[in-house]
This record gives sequence, structure tokens and C-alpha cells, in this order.
Amino acid sequence: MAEAVRIYPPKPDKVYLFGTCLVDSFSPQTGLDAIALLEHHGIEVVFPQAQTCCGQPAYNSGYDGEARAVARSQMDLFPASWPIVILSGSCGGMMRKHYPALFDHAPEVVAFAERVFEFTEFLRHVVQPTFSDQGAATRVTLHTSCAGRRELGIHEHGLALLDQLQQVQLVPHDYQEECCGFGGTFSVKHADVSAAMAEDKTRNLVGAGVDEFVSTDWGCMLNLNTTLEYAQQPLRGRHLISFLAERIGVTQPLGKADSEKLFAEVAR
Amino acid sequence: MKQQPEAFHPNSTAALADPVLRSNFRGAMEFLRNKRRTAFAGVNTEEGDFAALSRRGEAIKQRCLQQLPELLEQLEQNCTRNGIQVHWAETSQQANEIIESLIRARNGRKAVKGKSMVTEEIGLNEYLGDRGVDCIESDMGEFIVQLAGETPSHIIMPAIHKDAGQIASLFENNLEDTPYTEDVDQLIGIGRQQLRERFQHADVGITGVNFAVAETGTLCLVENEGNGRMCTTVPPLHIAVTGIEKVVAQLSDVPPLLSLLTRSATGQKITTYFNMISSPRKPGEQDGPEEVHLVLLDNGRSQAFADEELRKTLQCIRCGACMNHCPVYTRIGGHAYGTTYPGPIGKIVSPHLLGLDATKDLPTASSLCGACEEVCPVRIPIPKLLQRLRVESNHAGTAEGIVRGAGSGRKPLEALVWKAWAWACRHPAIYHRGASLAAHGRKLFRFLPSRWKTQRTMPQPAQITLHAALKNRQRRSATPCPQEKIS
Repeated sequence: MAEAVRIYPPKPDKVYLFGTCLVDSFSPQTGLDAIALLEHHGIEVVFPQAQTCCGQPAYNSGYDGEARAVARSQMDLFPASWPIVILSGSCGGMMRKHYPALFDHAPEVVAFAERVFEFTEFLRHVVQPTFSDQGAATRVTLHTSCAGRRELGIHEHGLALLDQLQQVQLVPHDYQEECCGFGGTFSVKHADVSAAMAEDKTRNLVGAGVDEFVSTDWGCMLNLNTTLEYAQQPLRGRHLISFLAERIGVTQPLGKADSEKLFAEVAR
Repeated sequence: MKQQPEAFHPNSTAALADPVLRSNFRGAMEFLRNKRRTAFAGVNTEEGDFAALSRRGEAIKQRCLQQLPELLEQLEQNCTRNGIQVHWAETSQQANEIIESLIRARNGRKAVKGKSMVTEEIGLNEYLGDRGVDCIESDMGEFIVQLAGETPSHIIMPAIHKDAGQIASLFENNLEDTPYTEDVDQLIGIGRQQLRERFQHADVGITGVNFAVAETGTLCLVENEGNGRMCTTVPPLHIAVTGIEKVVAQLSDVPPLLSLLTRSATGQKITTYFNMISSPRKPGEQDGPEEVHLVLLDNGRSQAFADEELRKTLQCIRCGACMNHCPVYTRIGGHAYGTTYPGPIGKIVSPHLLGLDATKDLPTASSLCGACEEVCPVRIPIPKLLQRLRVESNHAGTAEGIVRGAGSGRKPLEALVWKAWAWACRHPAIYHRGASLAAHGRKLFRFLPSRWKTQRTMPQPAQITLHAALKNRQRRSATPCPQEKIS
């Protein structure tokens, strides 16, 4: 359940970034846009290179021991007292709500969880930006992950941020609060039920008649974008962060040439 | 009732392929969700909003569960003092035997039943039917389901899976001189006429209980059709059956729970009938049963009670709001679960009633979206309990498990994969080498389980990982990474 009240700290000089495993592998651009947005607002971003995954896949699958070991290794990577900004409502829920439960509410774990902020929550309540929209008129709809929505209440943050963009018309879609059907290993263990949920969700997104949809979770978006592609629908979703970064003109797209150059450098 | 949760996979696949079923459930759940929303929107400020009311409901149920053994003893004492005879049943079989013997003692042949999920749980109709006692359902939904030879698909609306046309055909084909009509009022009229006669000839009335009050020895029964009142007043023998978790400490515990129950279940502020049964007919009274019996059923509940976390399962007041809001239930309906209690609450209750070995596919059949927890009037953390049951199901050794059948869902290969995955997550060099390889050799992803691909394309990793992109960025920057400075 979403917490009723959270006291927000003043805007810090530095934050840690937890990219999440899905952003890492499927959308590095989301990570770069997040950094650009934070730096644009005068915040230095520290990205510990040893980070991997929050442990949620194992936790949701009922492998507490494995999840605990991964969680422990990740917490060790954020020793300073800076806020930890995370690029997913679902992983944010894992770190804020389930890490304490996994460690019997040990004080140091509770203190760690206190420092975790989902990106849009951090942006809205800690950075408190004023956007000036530089993009053309467009219609979008917002899909929020269930964990983000129900554990952290992030749908409100996303809506509040989008509301600042003058040229963006925010369109609701039917059954907005309903799950997209991803649910991690649920999508494989109960593939038929999961696919039926994804089908319904994409139909509702398409029905909203928007140019694109935005979300704060790559888990949902991988599920929805691949379902849309299979159904040969042109609609696609992208991360709310990338959408925001583009609208206010701070994004630096990672082109194909850049990627290959970077890959070659890293591979050396 | 024949329980077959083992067939959840084929059952759910079949349900998804049935467009009538899907549209019936989608429509009905939408209707119930709106009714509930309206009912709580109208709660006055003195009582508080849903959040305040549900916290109160949770607190009452948790307090009562904390003293469950004492309250049950107190309930027995006070019921006995009131003339209600109390019987204890550890299993379904025992409960059925007790009920049969009570009916036999009066040479009963015809039983009439009020809506009761616990008698579905113990398979009472079939048990008595096999032994020559006719058990007739008197709730309209249950009557329809019984006529169709089916089981309830919802704990509040047993026949919710049927539309008016299906019920019209059922009546036309099974009831004498009944023409086909889809007019709902006429259909109800037809059913009611059938049921009236049965009350008059019944030897025994059988009902469930919504709240059993320990302080006063009172059995509370919530209903809309009046059939519950008929069952508990017309026949000479009334047998009430209930799970042990339905006991509350005092009368003042009832109004908040009742308000939460009716608003959550049917969107009503109060039901048409609320029966409080406190004794059999007393000398000089004109009506009421000559004997009232209460059968208290365990059937696996004490297993849930024994564990502090799993005990929260027993807070349930059987409103059905979790199923109405569940994206899985809404799409597959109640029968696919193969259990008496379907939907989210069924997934956390059934493993205690039937064992995890039989029900191991239920706790995994959830995206853990949390819609159920959000609407639960007694704040049962259903997703957390589902996650816990997954852990129980994966146990390496059965000795650790608290739930009967723990460890039965363990797949050695799956366990090994998670072990390897967790190891890789703790060894970043290896993890990132793997992620980079996946990014560049995207063909690796063809090994993803093929079931993903039935209605989706395969997701494409980006050409370069965020780690790689940022490593390069740090190399170029003049100052060392602050994280490296401090670690």
C-alpha cells in the first residue's frame, strides 16, 4: 500500500543512480536521459558500476534466499548518505518496501530504503522543476506499473510532471489502473493469462488515440511494446524520463555510430 | 464438490478462449466494482473513509484472531447456555458426518440450504445426496447453479458466469411449464415460486454464519433474499456451519465489519436481511426451529493460524471484492481455479484447505498487481501472502515448510537457474560481460522461454548497455568517480 506521507529532503548536490537491469540492457538511453535531467538541475549523478539487479525477479518467484543475497550486494554499493534515485516504480517498490521485509526490518536496511526514490517522485518532490515545453503538440497517455502505482503512488507524480508540458495533451485510457499482465515470471508461468491481459491493455492504449504512451517501467513496456509489435500496431511506449528530457531539450540521443564506437572502446 | 486445482492451466486456457464467459465476467465485475466505489464514496465523515474503516476492520479481525482459541471456547459456552448445541469438526468428513447424524436423529429426508460457501467447501450436498437426504439450494444464484449441475463461480454471486439467456434456457429445459424469457424480474419470479414450496416441506435448514459472537453466543447471517431467514425459522431443525475464523469477540465488533462486508460485496449500505440467531424456539413461542446446532470447522485453518504471517489469511470476511478487482479472475472466471474459493483469496486460502501439492499453480497465477490488497476491507496483504506461499512451494526440504505440501512446487532446474542468476548478480564483472554479450549477440535471446512468444515478439536488447555507455563517460571525465573515491 502506498505510504500516506513522506517527508522529502531538500535538493541535494549529489545522488546515486540505480539504473535497473532492464534499463541497462534494453534502454540505456533512459539512463542517459535521467542523468541529463538531473545534471540540468544542478545535481551530480554517481553511478556505481558494480550495480546489477535489485533482486526482484527472484523475490517474486519465491526465492527469498537468492533475493536477499543480491539485495545485500547492491546495498553495499551505495555507502554515502546521498539519495538513491531508481529508474523504475517496480524496482523502487522492491527496494523501498521489500528490502526491509527481507531483512527483518534491520535498522540499516530501513535506513537504506528511506534513501530510495523512484525517479519521477524525486523529480517532482525533491528537484521541483519548472519545465518549459519545447516540443510540438502531441497526445500521450500514461501507463504506470502496478507496484509503482500501489506501493509508491507514482502515477500521481507522472501526471503532475506531464501536466507542466503545455504542448502535451494527456489522455486517459480505459482501465488505467489495471495490470498490463507482465508480472515477471508470471508472464512465462501463466503465459496465456498474461497475454490476455497484455492484449486488453494494448487495446485500451490504442483506443486512447494517442501518438505514444509513456511509462516509468521498462518491465511493463517490454511486455506492451512486444505485444503491440506482434499485433502490427504502430503505437509504442517509451520511458517518461526520455519523453521529458526530449520535451525540455536536454536529451542527447545515443546514436548507432556512438553505440558502436562505445562498444569498441569498452571491449578493449 | 470435486476440487481440481491441479487442472488450473488447462482450465484457464479454456476459459480465456470462451468469449461469452469473458464478456459475462468483464461486465459483471465492472458492475460490482462501480457499486462498491459508489458505496464507499458515500461513507459519511463521522465513520471515516474507506482507509479508516478498513483499518478498523483489520484491527478487529486481528484482535479476535489473537485470542481465537479463547473466543471459540467462550462461543461454545454461550451458545450452549442459549440452547444452541455446538459441534467441532477437524475435517470436512467429520463435519459431514455430524450434520448427517443430526438429520438422521430426526428422520429427516429433505434439507433446504441458505447460501453458504463453507458447505460447498465440505461438499455437503453430494455427501447428503449419496445418503438419501435431498439438499436443495434456496439462494437464487445457488438454485441456478444446482439446477445446472455446476458449482458457484463467485463466493457472493454463485451464478455470475451465466447471462439472462443462459438462465432462461436452463429454466425452460429443467422446470415444468416454464416458457423462455430473458426478463430478469420474470426469471426471479419463476425461481422464487419454485423455492417457496420447498421451505414448507423441509425437515432441516442448513446455513453458514457470517459472524459468530463469542460474548453473547449469537450467530449472524447476512443476506438479501430472505431465504436465510426462511431456512433458519421454518424447518424444525437448523444447522449452522462455519469456519473457526468467523468468531468475533463482542457484539460491538459486528457493525463495522458488517458495513465493510455489504459495501465491499454488493455495494450496499446494508443488506435487506440481517439475522441474529440466539436460540431455538423457546417454550410458548409460535415459531422458530426446535433445535439449533453450530458446527465449527477447522479444515486446515489452524495451519494458517499457527504462522503469524499466514494467519492474516483468516482475517477474510468473504466479501469477494478481491475477485471483482482481480485482472486474472476477471478474465478466467471462478471455475478455472477448481477450488471452492476462487480469485485472490482462494489462492491464499486453498493451499491450507487442500495442501500446496494440489494447489501449487495458484500462488504463481498472479502478477502481484496488488488490486486485491487495495480493495480488501480488512487489509489482508494478499500479494505478500502469495509471495510467501511461493517461497513455501519452493522449499528444498519439506521439514522447513509450515504449509502442508511445502516443497512440492520445487523444480530443480529452476532453483539452479536462480542460484546461478543470484551468483552472477553478485559478480558484476561476469554479469556485465554477459549483458554486453547479450547486447551484441542478440541471438542469445532466442533462448527465452518460447511461451513468451505466443502473442509477443522477442524484446531486442540495445546495442550497448548503460554500464558500457557510462564507463566510457567516466573515463573521459577529468575527476575520478566519487563512488570510487569513497569505496
